[in-house]
Amino acid sequence: MSFNKTVLIKPIFMENPIALQILGVCSALAVTTSLQVTLVMCVALTSVVACSNLFISTLRNHMPSSIRIIIQMTIIASLVILVDQLLKAFAYEISKQLSVFVGLIITNCIVMGRAEAFAMKNPPFESFMDGIGNGLGYSLVLIVVGTLRELFGSGTLLGFTILPTVANGGWYQPNGLMLLAPSAFFIIGFFIWILRNKYTEQVEKDEFEMMPHTAEKGAH
Amino acid sequence: MSSNVNSVQNTLKVALGLCVVCSIVISTAAVVLKPMQTANQILDRNKNILIAAGLFDPAINTNADVSAMFAEFTPKMVDLDAGRYLTADEMQQLGLNPETYDQKRARNDPALSDALSGDDDVASIRRRPRYATVYVIENASGEYESLVIPVNGYGLWGIMYGYLALESDANTVRGIGFYEHQETPGLGGEISNPRWQAQWPGKQVYDDSGDVAFSVVKGGGAGTNQVDALSGATLTSRGVENMIEFWLGERGFGPFLRNEVQG
Repeated sequence: MSFNKTVLIKPIFMENPIALQILGVCSALAVTTSLQVTLVMCVALTSVVACSNLFISTLRNHMPSSIRIIIQMTIIASLVILVDQLLKAFAYEISKQLSVFVGLIITNCIVMGRAEAFAMKNPPFESFMDGIGNGLGYSLVLIVVGTLRELFGSGTLLGFTILPTVANGGWYQPNGLMLLAPSAFFIIGFFIWILRNKYTEQVEKDEFEMMPHTAEKGAH
Repeated sequence: MSSNVNSVQNTLKVALGLCVVCSIVISTAAVVLKPMQTANQILDRNKNILIAAGLFDPAINTNADVSAMFAEFTPKMVDLDAGRYLTADEMQQLGLNPETYDQKRARNDPALSDALSGDDDVASIRRRPRYATVYVIENASGEYESLVIPVNGYGLWGIMYGYLALESDANTVRGIGFYEHQETPGLGGEISNPRWQAQWPGKQVYDDSGDVAFSVVKGGGAGTNQVDALSGATLTSRGVENMIEFWLGERGFGPFLRNEVQG
């Protein structure tokens, strides 16, 4: 089966859903305090985006436009409930830690955004690949954030001690900020900065231009 | 074609078809996975009873140990108003079994629970079941070694369900564990963090005159009747304090602990 590989690769760096499209940031803040939970969230979201893209793309020619959004929501919500049920059955502890955030995949802008922007206009297989690509793009950011936050916030990675903390008789004083949501904003900010330095075409144009004389004059 | 797709009939057909398919998929999944989910819930609850009693160390023990360790406990049923154990006859009459009794369901059953009036309802749970299952470990001479009682109370978003383990004096805390709550992850949700729970053992619930004197206080919790509150979760901390006040007070296990445990 041949398809355009850019559909899969592009969303990872060039059109990263979090870094360029700034979608799905809220779950990126909430579930990244430990890497294990982050990984489960990535798998959950990737499978939901991919499958919802697949089904919506399959149905796209039969969807009455008046109930288009409702159909998309129904499909997405069913998939999310399915994922939630599976997690509760097979990974109960992690599902408890993820708590409401699995359910909130329904409102994750990436899923809805890709359904509306890509799956409605493209054939099923490419849509599926686009879903995987966007899921991986989301996962990349989440894994970076999750790794940094768990490492510097609690001195562990996937539960294994990397930096022995003072509380457990080691030397590392954990950075409490890393366990709070704002730290994810900083890390995502740095991530976007690095990415836009490398791919300068991602830098947005200024919405207005400073007139030459204003800089000279200054305030009195 | 496109006018056909957008016709009223087609709209109804697609909507109906989608609903049927989705509901079948979801309900099949729910039914098939239900036994596993229930088993997980019971396992998690039992594990928290063990954690409260200080028997389960997540660093050493695994989920596979839970059922063997849990077998050491004897579940017994308590009549909260009378403040004593139910006899085997009474349990049979009421049709209750300590192992299968579901306190959460009993709370909503008018035959098994009472409404609480405003002043009594310290923990904001509105209804209180009349009976409760407690878990007991006795040593060879029949004395209490540990007693685990169910506690619950309203936090910030919903009722927090947990277990409190007491020493044989029915005053000193042995530990606490929560198995179900809806508190904010990272803030109030920290009630299930072992590091926060570690300050509970050794604390005392009652003061010298026998009143509940336990408090969850900001910045410290050094006293024998205090634990440190959770930062950023004032209402959850207050909920925990109210929960202890209610369940160890007169409408909770107070009479039972006086009669049966302290003797």
